[in-house]
Amino acid sequence: MNEGLALLVDPLFRVPLLTGLAASLALAPIGVLLMLRDEWLAALGLAHLAAAGALGGLALGAPGLAGAGLGALGGGLIKGALGRRGNGVYGFMILIGWALLLLIAANSAVGEGLGQALIDGQLYFARWPELIAALALALALLWALPRLAWPLLRARLLPRLDRANGRAAWRTHLGMDLVAALGMAVGTATVGLMGAFALVFVPAWVAFRVAHGWRATWVVAGGIGVAGYLGAFVLALALDQPFGPVLVAVLVVLAWGASALQAGWRLLTGWR
Amino acid sequence: MSEALLRLDGLVAGHRAPVVGPLSFALGRGEVLGLWGGNGSGKSTLLNAIARAARVFAGTIRRAPGLRLSYQEQRPVRLDPMPMTGADLLRAAGLDPRRAPAPLVALLGQRLDRLSGGQYQLLCVWCALGAEVDLVLLDEPTNNLDPGAERSLRALLETARADRAVLLVSHERAFLEAVSTRVLTLEAGGRS
Repeated sequence: MNEGLALLVDPLFRVPLLTGLAASLALAPIGVLLMLRDEWLAALGLAHLAAAGALGGLALGAPGLAGAGLGALGGGLIKGALGRRGNGVYGFMILIGWALLLLIAANSAVGEGLGQALIDGQLYFARWPELIAALALALALLWALPRLAWPLLRARLLPRLDRANGRAAWRTHLGMDLVAALGMAVGTATVGLMGAFALVFVPAWVAFRVAHGWRATWVVAGGIGVAGYLGAFVLALALDQPFGPVLVAVLVVLAWGASALQAGWRLLTGWR
Repeated sequence: MSEALLRLDGLVAGHRAPVVGPLSFALGRGEVLGLWGGNGSGKSTLLNAIARAARVFAGTIRRAPGLRLSYQEQRPVRLDPMPMTGADLLRAAGLDPRRAPAPLVALLGQRLDRLSGGQYQLLCVWCALGAEVDLVLLDEPTNNLDPGAERSLRALLETARADRAVLLVSHERAFLEAVSTRVLTLEAGGRS
């Protein structure tokens, strides 16, 4: 067995591997829905709030995962209550989360090192609580996706249809906000702030460009998310590099490769 | 006329300020009512008001109990990129793509962002016309259509069934006269 495969099945890394796998399986579909709503920046805003919440929780002696959940859910609920969807709201979330994260790090015993770890991603330190949270997120998404995917597509492409028929679409939108918040909370606490954002943004970005059909979009995004994650897991361990930046790099390379393949295909076939 | 699906009495509607009205008319099953008027006459605002998307300043809109609506918007939403296919759009609207009429079949398998404006417009019109509803609202369905596509649109409109009503807005008088059972003219300032 080569070194990469050996790392994938090493018992020492089994829990972190499965934690990240569950998180990547959940985050890529969330990215598809956020991309559909043109709210991909939501992921970065919620990730910053989740990171600030995690550090705040640790500073108060609470589990980081719980703090991350509260931070992201708070952001999602406030946004939902304001009824605002759009990247302006998420710009403020990024700024507020970033400022809180650095201020808590600078003024608490947990220190800047842990704040940096949240940004970098501390997947290899994931234990059973993180694995359970990631699996719960993946299962929750499995339940929620069929209930969200088509109503959200209808709301995006035929925006007045629900209202014209007196149907309350707010439950669908609130459900989406909560799913995104939970996803980013678990993602930030496991694969790190930028790693979670990359798993939401990049696979969906690629899928929207190369997939053919709504169902194929999910498959492509999920495939790229999982492939990118597994590749980064092995590379980061083999090269002894921090996981978050390696994950971002692998996903960016995959995006570049997919774009190049598509451009080549268009050139060869004359496809518009 | 059979019992009205929709009845407007002295309706004055708009967004921040009144744009259209006062208007009064009733619409029953089997009717295709054409609304004609120039730019700014409030045609789209009237449809918005019926679809609960504009403010009613005066008068009333009475909808039959349980009235089901479909609505083709004047400016269909186009994202960049759009990986969804024509069939996905119909599914999102609650339609079975296998029952799409002949002029649309070739569009069902294509990504929406590869369709021309006219092709996308035809799909959006069918999203409204093909739905199992009582009242179909069509806002400028001839937008972006070349003569061939407009013929396809007329064919789609002929599929309108006797058990429902169509309220059709257009600035093309000849088209309205050809497809409507009656035409209501909105003057500048929104009065009929």
